[in-house]
Amino acid sequence: MKPHSTPPRGALAALAALWASAAGAADFTLLNASYDPTREFYAEYNAAFARQWQASHGGRLTVNQSHGGSGKQARSVLEGLEADVVTLALAYDIDALHRVGGLLPADWQSRLPDNSAPYTSTIVLLVRKGNPKGIRDWDDLVKPGVAVITPNPKTSGGARWNYLAAWAYATRAAGGDEAGARAFIQALFKNVPVLDSGARGSTTTFLQRGIGDVLISWENEAFLALREFGADRFEIVAPSLSILAEPPVAIVDKVVDRRGTRAVAEAYLKHLYSEEGQELAAKHFYRPRLASVAAKHADRFPRIPMVEIGREFGGWAKAQAVHFSDGGTFDRIYAR
Amino acid sequence: MTGTVSRHATGTVRRRGAAEPAWVRRILIGAALAFLALLVFAPLAAVFHEALRKGAGAYAAALADPAARAAIRLTLLAAAIAVPLNLVFGVAAAWAIAKFRFPGRSLLLTLIDLPFAVSPVVSGLIYMLVFGAQGWFGPWLIEHGIRVVFAVPGIVLATIFVTFPFVARELIPLMQAQGSEEEESAIVLGAGGWTTFVRVTLPNIRWGLLYGVVLCNARAMGEFGAVSVVSGHIRGLTTTMPLHVEILYNEYNFVAAFAVASLLALLALVTLVLKNLVEWHAARAAVVPAAESTEPAPP
Repeated sequence: MKPHSTPPRGALAALAALWASAAGAADFTLLNASYDPTREFYAEYNAAFARQWQASHGGRLTVNQSHGGSGKQARSVLEGLEADVVTLALAYDIDALHRVGGLLPADWQSRLPDNSAPYTSTIVLLVRKGNPKGIRDWDDLVKPGVAVITPNPKTSGGARWNYLAAWAYATRAAGGDEAGARAFIQALFKNVPVLDSGARGSTTTFLQRGIGDVLISWENEAFLALREFGADRFEIVAPSLSILAEPPVAIVDKVVDRRGTRAVAEAYLKHLYSEEGQELAAKHFYRPRLASVAAKHADRFPRIPMVEIGREFGGWAKAQAVHFSDGGTFDRIYAR
Repeated sequence: MTGTVSRHATGTVRRRGAAEPAWVRRILIGAALAFLALLVFAPLAAVFHEALRKGAGAYAAALADPAARAAIRLTLLAAAIAVPLNLVFGVAAAWAIAKFRFPGRSLLLTLIDLPFAVSPVVSGLIYMLVFGAQGWFGPWLIEHGIRVVFAVPGIVLATIFVTFPFVARELIPLMQAQGSEEEESAIVLGAGGWTTFVRVTLPNIRWGLLYGVVLCNARAMGEFGAVSVVSGHIRGLTTTMPLHVEILYNEYNFVAAFAVASLLALLALVTLVLKNLVEWHAARAAVVPAAESTEPAPP
């Protein structure tokens, strides 16, 4: 990783850079406002994209990152955080940029392939090594004496996926009876000792502070935890049913037009769908969309039957209104 | 809070304490020390232990990281702007409140206490309401390409706001206790306002002033809540040291997180040493004239 190890090449690169800037290639900075678990992925992707952009267009490109809970990040962009692109946990948070601030058009999600979600993930269960509580599926989480860690669905995008995955399972377990599903979710949240505000907070609660028997987690976050904390301490349990999580990406039109960064921002998001982008996504435990890359990494990801947000819950706007709005199902369950 | 007051307080305690049996004193001292060890020294040691867990090389590398250095620079910048401004404002406000009676005086006093009274997060949100894109001036600012929140100006503003009571609050009781006789004498003897301030007032308050500045600086560098709200958390651009610690911790980079945290801990230690030096000097400055004259020390 030492590009300037030999002086002549370093000098050449400097000359080339000088020439490029003399030839009028513009320098750009981009800001990507993203959610919590993408930190490691975008750190590497930004460097890769900047290299590719500089090689083809000249000029310097710096991509800055801001991370936080998905809902909180959307709020910041609405309040004026000048993010050229947003890469959030769920479509509802990007919808808010249109609904509240008019920062991008209503049809933003159809501007890029695959619902503007270049990579997907799902929700899995992470348990301590040897699975001492014998957790195999969602119904083990409602047993008495099992401590479940999940973030707060009111603030965390990941937590909303967690909740909806559990809800999809519970609906089927109760034979489609909504009251039964609600009782299941209520029993599940009775077993939650700590509600962190974001997915990464929950992960550190479970891993670092040693609280809880099972963490409901993004699949990529669970794999990352195994890598960072050791596969000898934790194991991943694939539930019998989960949800296809599509973390979408979008250009913030108002910002890129003001800053004159539309071209580079568009290229930045499109490159996520390229082979390099998809490989990096897979490397950081996201499920790639590109068939060739997906096939290559197929053995890494467990085969889990998944429901989709559109078909199962009628889309994010409806799911949000029914379950997570003030006075919604979650409030009624959790207040009890 | 001032040197005079604390000196008297210790004096009283010691006299009363001498009447207690030795074992009571030992138990009390032991309990206080155990409490301190558990709540102060253990976490402090843990910070340095974690920071140096992977050796001095990893520690140095963590601090040499460009984002860490940017965070240190931004923290120093915010303090370098906030502290002098609050020094000037604090002296002016304390001077006005302690030496004069005017309409709105108690309102001014209340406003000075406001940052102590509200949660720092609320302070940050106030700036968001005023300067945010959905706020009062946000749309106008954006139109004119001026960025306040999610940029350095917002961080500096938030820092100034949360730290502005420190100097004034330190000086007001001190100046009130000193009264205005010396200034009045100076003016009667023909000194102008500025000369009176520089030659009479300033020497009288210098230790209290220094104490206020030290506390103000410590808070300016350590502030988390208010700055967190207006920061936007752009790595290497709008993160101060406390925010950078949070980011590193969330990235499972515990050694680097604690390395940056250890700098803040060092700052706290330096602050404590400075604070004690100042108190010691202030006590001496107060004792020497009192011992020379036969008058009792002012309360």
